[in-house]
Amino acid sequence: MNNAVPDNKSLTQSRVSVDLKTWGPFIALLALAMLGVLINPAFLGLDNLSNMLTRSAFIGIIAIGATFVITAGGLDLSVGSMAAFIAGVMIILMNSLVEQFGPGLTTILLGIGASLLLGLCAGFINGMVTTKGKIEAFIVTLGTMGIYRSLVTYLADGGTLSLDWGVRDIYRPVYYGHLMGIPIPVLVFLMVAVAGYILLNHTRFGRYCFAIGSNEKVAEYSAIHVDRIKTMTYMLQGVCVALATIIYVPRLGSASGATGVLWELEAIAAVIIGGTVLKGGHGRIWGTVVGAIMLTMIGNILNLTDAISNYLNGTVQGIIIIVAVYLQRASWRKSAP
Amino acid sequence: MPTKRTLAAFAAAAALGLPTFAAAQEYTIGVSIPAATHGWTGGVNFHAQQAKERLESLYPEISITITTASDPGGQANDLEDLVSQRNIDALVVLPFESGPLTDPVRRVKDAGVFVTVVDRGLEQEGIEDLYVAGNNHELGRVSGEYIREQLDGQGDIVVLRGIPTVIDDERVQGFQEAIEGSEINILDMQHANWNRDDGFEVMQDFLARFDRIDAVWAQDDDIAIGVIEAVRQAGREDELFIVGGAGMKDIIRRVMEGDRLVPVDVLYPPAMIATAMDLTVQHFVSNGPVVGQYILGSPLITQENAEQYYFPDSPF
Repeated sequence: MNNAVPDNKSLTQSRVSVDLKTWGPFIALLALAMLGVLINPAFLGLDNLSNMLTRSAFIGIIAIGATFVITAGGLDLSVGSMAAFIAGVMIILMNSLVEQFGPGLTTILLGIGASLLLGLCAGFINGMVTTKGKIEAFIVTLGTMGIYRSLVTYLADGGTLSLDWGVRDIYRPVYYGHLMGIPIPVLVFLMVAVAGYILLNHTRFGRYCFAIGSNEKVAEYSAIHVDRIKTMTYMLQGVCVALATIIYVPRLGSASGATGVLWELEAIAAVIIGGTVLKGGHGRIWGTVVGAIMLTMIGNILNLTDAISNYLNGTVQGIIIIVAVYLQRASWRKSAP
Repeated sequence: MPTKRTLAAFAAAAALGLPTFAAAQEYTIGVSIPAATHGWTGGVNFHAQQAKERLESLYPEISITITTASDPGGQANDLEDLVSQRNIDALVVLPFESGPLTDPVRRVKDAGVFVTVVDRGLEQEGIEDLYVAGNNHELGRVSGEYIREQLDGQGDIVVLRGIPTVIDDERVQGFQEAIEGSEINILDMQHANWNRDDGFEVMQDFLARFDRIDAVWAQDDDIAIGVIEAVRQAGREDELFIVGGAGMKDIIRRVMEGDRLVPVDVLYPPAMIATAMDLTVQHFVSNGPVVGQYILGSPLITQENAEQYYFPDSPF
């Protein structure tokens, strides 16, 4: 089942029959898109598609980091509150820098730098406490999840932190801007995905992630620095959260205790829908990308119709997620090795 | 004999202390509110703190204890502690949820405490001495009437609802009653959960779906912030206007400045906790009776009167 080898090999093995494990997420995405068109032709509108992809960028970028953590047998529940916390600190920092540097590029670059540094540190803490402290990742990140959430509430005094209007006008294009007709968040998402794909499937670090997730003991005996690699996956996750926050902040220019609530579960869901195995040892970056887009697409389609009672939105989401995963895992799948 | 000495000291203190105690009776008021988990409750916390400082300096015989809880169970514990540890004379409580807190509040009442319930009513009548609340039905009605008037009784609008709760239902009901009989057509309603991000996304989808929208009822200022950004992104500011609700400072400032996109707001103030605390203190210091219900209006905030609802220091 859990092939410790990156997927290009398993693909060649079963080229004859359709490998649902690889293509399942794409097929599900296509089916969902067709459903969207049937429900409302506005679904295919250029604006709608671009809105949807832009929106999926936050969860998508975070989920790419989560793919590494989960592949190496870990779990990070703190990403949602981490995003809120980083957003809060970024806003406070940039607001206070306005006095010194004015609402210019320096202020924004310093904010972005601080964001990346914070993400890296937060990931480092999660990683070190998990590996050196020998505490289950679930508990460690559940703890940090509570800590970051309450810290952002404290920073915001229970209310909302708002970015200085001058900074906001300059920073705004990072979310709303386009480059060659593609929204910038989508470009960032794509770049992170490509980098993630190369890192996971074509480097030693990626192979170590697979090995550790498959069997930590064996990996250790094979002279892999398990603790170091695992900590690095959490740091990578932290950087991904920081990147997502950097494109999130200019959207509404605010952060509060309600920012990023449940993002961790959405990110994990995106990873699993994409074909990564929750217990580790098997990861797929492009699957994760598709999973993140699918999650956003479900919400989008539900907003485009009034045929389904609003109260049932969660039901529809739940069913689609389960069906999507079932399609690629089901035992009737012929191509099972 | 240490015991004897203590006893004697005790007796002396009691003999001296009691009469003075009786002359200037002190009152302890417990305030139990939800923790600041979103903007509105953040405002509640801010205004409770402000009211505490103001009332305590105004009336030296009053002392106020504020507790915040992050879930209904925690709030029930807070209530027990307030009675047993603080020995409160009055309780001001903004219940997390009506159902689970009805019984805990009744037990406080049974201990002989003056009870003021704020915003969310209990499920049984007759427990509280005083009920202070905003008017959700009225908020919906005022919003509906404004939109009806502005559109001359006809047009296409979209509605963003809150978290599916009684509060949300009452608001929507009031709104629908207000536009009944006109030719105002609600294109669709979707839940945006009193949340900025959800407001942004739902509005983006509304804008993609409908070519013409004359007005947006966002019902809440957090949702309205998201809606404003979505409308700006689509460049359709000139086509519609937005009506929020609550009285968030960012929105009130826009109203003050005469923003065409957000011409008005409808009040549902977190400062109602201060109203409740003021009235509860009056029960002890005033000779006027303080019992019954105190329902705040939901006035329309326009450019003319916006300044009196603007609290730049509040987190909300």
